[in-house]
Amino acid sequence: MTITEKLLARASGKSKLSPDDVVFAKVDKVMMHDVSGPGVIKVFDELEKKGIKLEHIWDPDKVWITEDHFVPAADRISAENIITLSKWSKKYGIRKHFKYGLGQYGICHTLSHEEAMVLPGEVYVGGDSHTNTTGAIGAFAAGLGHTDIAYVLMTGQTWFKVPETLMFRLNGKKPDYVMAKDIILTIIGDIGTDGANYKTMQFSGDVIEHLEMEERLTLTNMTTEAGAKNGIIEPDAITDLYMRERTNAEYTHTVGDVDAEYSEIFSYEIDKIEPVVAKPFSPANISAVRELQEIEIDKAYIGSCTGAKLEDLRLSAKVLKGKKVKIRTEILPAAQSIYIKALKEGLIDIFTKAGAVVGPPTCGACCGAHMGVLGKNEICISTTNRNFPGRMGHVESKTYLASPLVVAASAITGKITDPRDI
Amino acid sequence: MKGRAHKYEKPNIDTDVIIPGPYLKIHEHKELAKHAMEGIDPDFPKKVSPGDLLLAGSNFGCGSSREHAPIALSVCGIKAILAPSFARIFYRNAIDGGYLLPIEIEESTMNKISDKDELEVDLEHNKITNLTKNEVYFMKPFPELIAKIVDAGGLMNFKFDKER
Repeated sequence: MTITEKLLARASGKSKLSPDDVVFAKVDKVMMHDVSGPGVIKVFDELEKKGIKLEHIWDPDKVWITEDHFVPAADRISAENIITLSKWSKKYGIRKHFKYGLGQYGICHTLSHEEAMVLPGEVYVGGDSHTNTTGAIGAFAAGLGHTDIAYVLMTGQTWFKVPETLMFRLNGKKPDYVMAKDIILTIIGDIGTDGANYKTMQFSGDVIEHLEMEERLTLTNMTTEAGAKNGIIEPDAITDLYMRERTNAEYTHTVGDVDAEYSEIFSYEIDKIEPVVAKPFSPANISAVRELQEIEIDKAYIGSCTGAKLEDLRLSAKVLKGKKVKIRTEILPAAQSIYIKALKEGLIDIFTKAGAVVGPPTCGACCGAHMGVLGKNEICISTTNRNFPGRMGHVESKTYLASPLVVAASAITGKITDPRDI
Repeated sequence: MKGRAHKYEKPNIDTDVIIPGPYLKIHEHKELAKHAMEGIDPDFPKKVSPGDLLLAGSNFGCGSSREHAPIALSVCGIKAILAPSFARIFYRNAIDGGYLLPIEIEESTMNKISDKDELEVDLEHNKITNLTKNEVYFMKPFPELIAKIVDAGGLMNFKFDKER
């Protein structure tokens, strides 16, 4: 069995599972935020109207909550959603509720590993599509909707159709100025936005063996954009190093069998990959950065679970140090802890001296919610994950997706720019 | 199940198009329905009558996990979506929430059906009849567990029907 099959087999009490088996699996951790949370509460409200009252939830210690999409409260409705969520978590005894303006908080797919909310080997579901991110630590992590999350909160279980696994072997040595974002965008360009629909995307190879955790997280985060059920990387020494800095909790390594079956194996020579962007209006619409150098842009955005981790900010700062931005540039660290580290390392100083505005952790403009949304015809280059029509604002705005290095380089020139050229 | 088809054949119609991000903070189902498909056709809610069907290109509902998407479509009247494939979270939200049916059809079937054709869906025999063109097509049957959830009208009904 593959790692994914093994984790689902353990969770469903089966000795063997194969792709397409449908099982009810026990969940180890569940997450919801200020968008999915009120949706889940609405499901419980509707049940109560039918005479089914939620007296208690399955296990308050396995539930955690974040405020990340419309925070700091974007408007009156957002504020009320956050109040609703706070009352609910208090009523049902949930201790891990990360509230903005009260110490550590941030984007759910950053806190999941930054705060070790999820451990290697666990089955984790979240009320957000990019829950796949957390698979980088060797967990099964998948996104669900409101009704499914409500069901998990009541029963501790959910159903899964066991996915077949696509194995991506990343071989060779990663060239300078190429980031995990370039690798995953190249892959999505090859397989398409439905190339992994219902399936697992697993990553291995020489490049993975040396790739640090934050870069691994970019790979699994973007598996959602290829339609994958989950993205996953088998745990190793890099995983342990990362986890041990954050928790003493015990966990075990689960890895696939030597004779595990992969429905397809893709081999990539990473030496040949170069900086790329995804053009509007699809994460699969890929071009080399150097082919688009004349395209003028209005705004650069460095933020989101995909592109505002500490390493993303460090590399952006390397490019922006001592330079001035030529276009509007917004930088929003993915979590308060990352903001604090960036401050201590002098990164925030570099950003503000370059002329960029630094904002609080929030999903914000990535999903067109608030704080930096795009107007009609506005063109943005962004470290985020999606560029469908209207994703970051007006339906006639345009977003180019790229690595933090490419976005920072483009912020300096005002045009789409390869970081190797400045 | 009988209704008119509204055809949007573009593949990859994503959740940002079905219900744009700014509406994620809204949880009133009737309010969400006013903005269904706003990113592709702002007049969509006015065109739909209760019981109508949506005919769409492959990978319908890709993108976010927002349950707002099937809710908006179903509350504005759509009872089923016919498409060559669906994004996984949209698919299970539609079924588990009991909002509408995501029905997988062949790409060639989609090409045969025109906008505004009158269709009849027969779940028992996995058959779709085009009453306008007098043609019959096949739909992919639901897997066993999913068929049970569909029959119950959603995951919560499935759970509580079993317990009763």
